[in-house]
Amino acid sequence: MTTPHPAEAPAPTADTSARPADWPLWEVFVRSRRGLSHTHAGSLHAPDAAMALRNARDLYTRRSEGVSIWVVPSAEVTASSPDEKDSFFEPAGDKPYRHPTFYEIPDGVHHL
Amino acid sequence: MNVTATPALPLGDDALILSHRLGEWAGHAPVLEEEVALANIALDLLGQARVLLSLVGDEDELAYLREERQFRNLQLVEQPNGDFAHTIARQLYFSTYQELLFGHLAATDSELAPLTAKAVKEVAYHRDHAHQWTLRLGDGTEESHTRMQRALDALWRFTGELFEPVEGLDTVPWPALHDSWTARITATLEQATLTVPEGPRHGAWRAGAGRQGLHTESFGRLLAEMQHLHRSHPGAAW
Repeated sequence: MTTPHPAEAPAPTADTSARPADWPLWEVFVRSRRGLSHTHAGSLHAPDAAMALRNARDLYTRRSEGVSIWVVPSAEVTASSPDEKDSFFEPAGDKPYRHPTFYEIPDGVHHL
Repeated sequence: MNVTATPALPLGDDALILSHRLGEWAGHAPVLEEEVALANIALDLLGQARVLLSLVGDEDELAYLREERQFRNLQLVEQPNGDFAHTIARQLYFSTYQELLFGHLAATDSELAPLTAKAVKEVAYHRDHAHQWTLRLGDGTEESHTRMQRALDALWRFTGELFEPVEGLDTVPWPALHDSWTARITATLEQATLTVPEGPRHGAWRAGAGRQGLHTESFGRLLAEMQHLHRSHPGAAW
């Protein structure tokens, strides 16, 4: 191989010092258009919030899916435990009167 | 191939060649998120290149059948990816230039105004991406700082060419563009605790050499890879 151009940097190496595992995980919420709520779109790795927002833009909104993005550190999310499924959710299962199924939805009301 | 002299050609070649370089990161980027970011930038640039080259002639013929000396891109954009810092330094230098140039052209009544007005928003994002990474690498670890400074220094000598007047872009105030560019680069580098490089602003060839069709050593290899498929299988389609 000839001597590389002076400006030519060493070729990309298999440097593993910056694994994505070192970067915290972020949850991404995208509002697809005005009037709708932000919806969970997925998660990604990023070194900080500003970069998480930019990565989210590239990963989740490049086909014009969104008008607004939130990123939240995954570590900050408190989630219900699968073990608590029965006590959390089952009591609601046999109470159909809690569901708004006894109303006629007026014309022109969307997203209810 | 006989190519008309229009400013769409050098600007289209800039976008095409940098797009190809960025595409080389596919499968090799440090992290998946960054790979998508670089591919996005590459695709934005490829879109610009297609519109610009279509103003000149057949885009495929122009991209795949020209010889090295017929390309009019800046030498900066053909420089190898190097390590990640080199890719970011090249992007910072180029996107800052492209944003200023397109911002000016968008406000004129030239045939490039509609295209540049649309592209300048994309380019602002490219510049921001490079700016954010420059801050983090410059003000990151000792090693990232060293590598970022080395990349900025190595590519500095290709920045003089950016401000050589381009034929057909007579309304562009090149010295003012240079001043704005320098101010922006200086602000980013100072914020990133990096030093604005000193030293010659020209490559081994005289300034403006890329615009005259003179290119650096690695450009031939880039073209060989980019043009191989089309030349081996003329008219190949997906």
